[in-house]
This record gives sequence, structure tokens and C-alpha cells, in this order.
Amino acid sequence: MQVKVKLFASLRDGRFKEEMTDVQDNSKVIDIIEKYNIPAETVAVSFVNGRSTENDYPLQNGDTVSLFPPVGGC
Amino acid sequence: MKIFRVNMSNLRTTIEDVPEEWNLLGGRALTSTIVSKEVDPTCHPLGSKNKLVFAPGLLTGTMAANSGRLSVGAKSPLTGGIKESNVGGTASQRLAKLGIKALIIEGMPADDKFYCLHVHKDGVNIKEETELLGKGNYEVINTILERYTENTGVITIGQAGEYKISCANISVKDPKGHIRSAGRGGLGAVMGSKRIKFITLDDNDGSGIDINDKDEFRKAARIFNKGLLNHPVSGDALPRYGTNVLVNILNEAGGLPTKNFRMGRFEGADNISGETMYENIMSRKGDTTHGCHVGCIIRCSQTYNDKDGNYLTSGFEYETIWGFGAGCMVDDLDLIAQADHLCDDVGLDTIEMSVTMQTAMEAGIIPFGDGPGILKLLNEVKEGTPLGRILGNGADFTGKAFAVTRVATVKGQGIPAYDPRSVKGIGITYTTTPMGADHTAGYAVATNILKVGGHVDPLQKEGQIELSRNLQIATAALDSAGLCIFVAFAVIDDESVSHAIIDMINAQYGINWTVDDWFNLGRYVLRTELDFNKAAGFTKKDDRLPEFFNEPIPPHNATWDFSDAELDQVFQM
Repeated sequence: MQVKVKLFASLRDGRFKEEMTDVQDNSKVIDIIEKYNIPAETVAVSFVNGRSTENDYPLQNGDTVSLFPPVGGC
Repeated sequence: MKIFRVNMSNLRTTIEDVPEEWNLLGGRALTSTIVSKEVDPTCHPLGSKNKLVFAPGLLTGTMAANSGRLSVGAKSPLTGGIKESNVGGTASQRLAKLGIKALIIEGMPADDKFYCLHVHKDGVNIKEETELLGKGNYEVINTILERYTENTGVITIGQAGEYKISCANISVKDPKGHIRSAGRGGLGAVMGSKRIKFITLDDNDGSGIDINDKDEFRKAARIFNKGLLNHPVSGDALPRYGTNVLVNILNEAGGLPTKNFRMGRFEGADNISGETMYENIMSRKGDTTHGCHVGCIIRCSQTYNDKDGNYLTSGFEYETIWGFGAGCMVDDLDLIAQADHLCDDVGLDTIEMSVTMQTAMEAGIIPFGDGPGILKLLNEVKEGTPLGRILGNGADFTGKAFAVTRVATVKGQGIPAYDPRSVKGIGITYTTTPMGADHTAGYAVATNILKVGGHVDPLQKEGQIELSRNLQIATAALDSAGLCIFVAFAVIDDESVSHAIIDMINAQYGINWTVDDWFNLGRYVLRTELDFNKAAGFTKKDDRLPEFFNEPIPPHNATWDFSDAELDQVFQM
């Protein structure tokens, strides 16, 4: 199945902003993180279709996964 | 320490002992206590009965990192309620070093003259000021450099404060000569009503800070400082990207209010994001990280240059970029930087002005997306034209003048950059804080969106009231210590950091506060402020969002679904 992957802030370093990618059915958020060699502890926030998820969240065809390192502000 | 009291009616200064009951108050706790005690809650905020109070925090002037914030308090001309606004820069530590626990400005000159104050170890000189009247803040700061020395602290109002319009802020010179702002609530208008153009601070030969147990203090300060550096937000993300890193995460979450709070996502978000800002700063040889006061180790500020490498602005914050950007449908970061610079120079709160611009666009004065139009309108405010005076008095005032019902304010203050329907915790803060719609008063975004201090789903009601209430209490305490709110990330996630704050206070003042005492300080501040607002005429109906927030907001079609009864129980403390 196809999902869109969006990376932000320092996770973009040496990678990309956004790309479509093929993944196996029954993939989870953690599979995306591992696919792009992102150390899991550097991902602080992940969204699927704009809603916060844990790493074991199951993906569906056409989902958008957004990954953030720890960020903050006010 | 002493209380310096300046009476602008008779142009006299008195130096008083600190009343015993104020000994363990500082920052917001002290300004709110003084305003509550000495200001008639029903007075006209621009009249002689209002007072303008400046107070450093309990830890200001010590080696604790990020402890140089200044609290400014008064009755707000914007909200009509009590206001505390805090700011970095070169003022707070100088007041503390001079042994000034609070600088209280009261009364009002009988004549038309404007004045400047010079604060030094022996008192305050009051002089008439003519040369800098009508000038912007940058010119004030640069001229003072010639009149005094680089080491002089400066508090200043721009043209907006002189006009006494409710968007007027109070500005403070930072260590590089740039501008930091006590932004919200129109305190610049109060300073203008006292006819004070600027205040200079010379801390030479000041008595310095007394610390009861220096060794214990040093031990606790080391833990605190280290904790700030170790936390990924204060130690890494903020120094690198500043606050504007929030554009993209709020956009993904569907909480970035777009086109005057119609949508939660903006197509141009990436163009105005912190990532884009970082690239521009690097390629144009700006400065990606700088601290707004000596001893700041978080260094979230930056210097943003234009395409030719010339200085454009600094202290370029997420809320400013949200407001003139996504709010107004403008995706040109350089243009927004010009707006930021203009607001800094004229002395206008960028959040208030950007919500006002959205209201102006709603009214059809300029269309949504018209970036140059925003600059034109800001220049009208600078010139003090009739339209400028309408706009410069904020979103509610502008909405009234142009019969706009879609005006995003609570208690008259513009709603900042997080939609209350899709970030429900911050919605509770907006409606219930005594400050009016204020995102810093209880920054639930940290836990709703950023996963700091755990996670509370921003789209569900569950847990939001407790979250907002607890953060409002904790923040009121931090605001009283002179600490930058960005220490909160480490405080929330790491118990040793919050304990270190209490240990420092105990070591400095020779007391034995527990964690409970610290939170009780926060509760006391809130109770004081809520009581003032009640006496000023506020009722439950002021703890509500505007009517139009009953619309669902895409992409999640989130709604504001708290009942009146639920909102009214937030502060049954």
C-alpha cells in the first residue's frame, strides 16, 4: 500500500521533506521510522492523518504519516 | 531591597521599605498584589488612579539561568481587568542589582509635557523629554546609547504608547540593542498616560543580590541549569529553530487557525515555517540563536535578515508569524518580518495587531492575502490617522467600528495561534485565565500537541480542565520567580528541575518552602487576580469564547463543546 511520509525540523537533515512510499500491508508507524533509519528515540511526536499516534499504530492505504523530533515554543 | 515609588502628579520619588508581607513575593505575584491593593478595580485604566508596576522576579539577578524576566502590571486598557505582562531584555536584572523590589509609577502629570525617568542607586531622576517624542523604539534605544552608555538598560514606548491605544506594548532593549516586548494588554498606553516616554536604568554600584546560603544556591543552580540544557526542547530545538518551529506541527495537527479561525491548516504553512526561517537565516548570514537577556541558556531568539543580508528583525516569534501569516493568508515570510519590525518599532503587540488585521480583512478594509496592505495599515497606526487609531485599539474595537461579528477575542484580548476547538486544553486557558486570551498563562499546547508532560488528546474534552488549571497555577509561580516560561518544558518533564527552583529560592531567602508552598504561591496569584477582575465587573459570561466558535473547524471538524457549567468549575479552587 502507499502512504505519504512527511518529516519535520531536524528529522529532515540528510533525508527529505515529503515523499510517497510503498509499504507492506499491516505496516505500523514504527516501520516507517525504521525504513528511513530514523533512531526511534529522536521521534517525539507522530501523527497519522493529523492525529497523534503511538508507534504501533496500524497504517492504511493513503495515510499521511508526519514525524517530529522534540520541538517546543510558546 | 526597597520599593521605589514615582509620583507623576507631583514629580517626586520616594524610597520605601518593603512591607513584610511582600518579602517573599516577586514578579507577577508582586505586581498583581500591588495592583490589587492600590488600584481601584473600577478606575479608568488611562486615568490617574491606575498604577504601572515593574517588578523583577524572586530569582532575578542570581546565577540561575533564564531568571532575568521583568513583570509589568496594571489595570489593562485592553481587557479592563488585571494584567501582568513579562519580558526579557536589560531591565529586570538591573532593577534587582539596584535592590529595587518594585518600581511603582502612580498619578499623572497635570500638563502636556512628556518625561523620561533615570533609575540609579540613589533614586529616580525625572526629566522632561522632547527630542524623542514621536520617535520609534529603535531610535530611542540608539539615541540613549549616545546619551548614556551601552550598559544602560532601557524601557521604552513607541508612537503607539504615546497615542495611548490599546495595542501599545512596552519594549525593553536586549543585550544586542534589539527589542523585546511586554506585549499583551496595552500596558504601553498606561505608560503613555503617565506621560513617560522611556526609563533608563544604571545599575553601577548597585547593592547587588543577597543570598542567604551561597553554597546551597550554587548546588541547586547547577542542577537547574543542567536540566535546562539536557531537555531536548530547551537544550536543542529552541536554540536551533526558535518558536517558529511550531507552524508545521500545529498545521499537521489541524490546529493552525487560518483565515480568521476558519480552518486548522494553511496551504502556505511550509513557506512561513521555522524550517524555512532557519534556511533563510543561514543563507543570509543572520544569527540562528541568541538570548534575550544575560544568563539565558535557551537562546530561542534570532536575527532575521532580508535577501541582501541587512537586518530585518529579531525576536521573530511563532505567534507573530501565525497571525500575519496563516491568519491573514499571507505566505511571504520576508513581508511578515517587515510587519514584525514595524510593530517592534512603533511599539505594538504583534498578536493583538495580527488578530486586528484579520478583523480588518473580515471587514473588507483590505482583502485576505494582501501582505502589502497589512504594512500600509500598520503605517496608518504609526501615523495616528483615524483609521490607524481604530485599528490600534484592537480587534474588538475594529470589529465594532466595522460591524464585524467574527472577532476572535476573550475579555477583549486577541486569541493567539492555536485553535481552541482542535487544541482544547489551550481553549480552557483562553477562556478562564484572568489575563484574557493568553496562550502563555497555561500552555496546554505542550501536553496536547508536543507530548511534554505526557499526552492529553487535543481533540477530546477529557483531562483538559485539569491540565489547564494545573498549568495556570504552575505558570503563575514561574512568572513570580522571574523565570522564562521556556524553563517549563524541563520543569514539567524532570522533577529534579522543579525541585531545584524551590531549593534555589530556599537558599536565597533562608526559608523552607516545599513543592506545596510553591504551588500555593501560584494559587495565591490567581486568586488575587480573579478577585480583582470580579471587583472590576467581570462575570461568568466573560469566560466564554465568541459565538462563532460553535462552527466546526476542518480538517478534523472539531467543535468547542464545553458547557458553561464545565467552564465555571475550572477555578472553584
